[in-house]
Amino acid sequence: MEINASKRGPRLHVKLSGELDHHSAEQTRNMLDTLLKDITVRDLTLDLSGVSFMDSAGLGVILGRYRILSMRGGHLTVTDLPHVGRLRHRGQSVRRRVWITGWS
Amino acid sequence: MDNWMELTFPSLSVNEGFARAATAAFAALLNPTIDELSDLRTAVSEAVTNAIIHAYGNDRSAMITLRCETRGPKLRIVVKDTGCGIEDIELARRPFYTSKPELERSGMGFAVMEAFMDSVEIESAPGEGTAVTMEKEIGRARGD
Repeated sequence: MEINASKRGPRLHVKLSGELDHHSAEQTRNMLDTLLKDITVRDLTLDLSGVSFMDSAGLGVILGRYRILSMRGGHLTVTDLPHVGRLRHRGQSVRRRVWITGWS
Repeated sequence: MDNWMELTFPSLSVNEGFARAATAAFAALLNPTIDELSDLRTAVSEAVTNAIIHAYGNDRSAMITLRCETRGPKLRIVVKDTGCGIEDIELARRPFYTSKPELERSGMGFAVMEAFMDSVEIESAPGEGTAVTMEKEIGRARGD
């Protein structure tokens, strides 16, 4: 997984490129958490336009980062959620739930 | 059965991508759409990941079998392990349930398989292993 990050004030923009599955999840999680050690980060945008594949392991990585940001009163925005975002639960797409509620 | 292939590989996370690629290559014989291929790749990835994490607890010497069969426009995929088995299949299928919350799993593995495949059957016996059988008709989106 390749990560490109840029920070402006409390806003961190991270572009992920590669496949986000169980195999790459731990490395991705560690890289994101290193960036989130900076407690001035309040708003994280995860740009997944370069992610060619993602499964529920990737959803787990996203939800975990959402929880970290929520605990510090921050926000997570996910853009270009891959195919797995089409999954629907209780009539609502994962894509929408991740965006609005962090899928709680 | 028109055609089939079977692969056995060790329970290594790097083989999740291999299983996806092999399934997609075999499924290409049925001329699937891009979305159908993505459905198959995602479902297989979930089943193989479950075997690695839950059935074998990351025992890297254990083996996983992936079998794909075509029958007309239908593709059947079987992912089989000889690991610890599932004690409560209904609980395991429940969205957001995970037996390993410490691993930051989303608990959506079986929900993903069920969403992207036409059918998902789980056969499991504690201490003996699990076989996940999934089917999907290919070409329906094109109106074949």
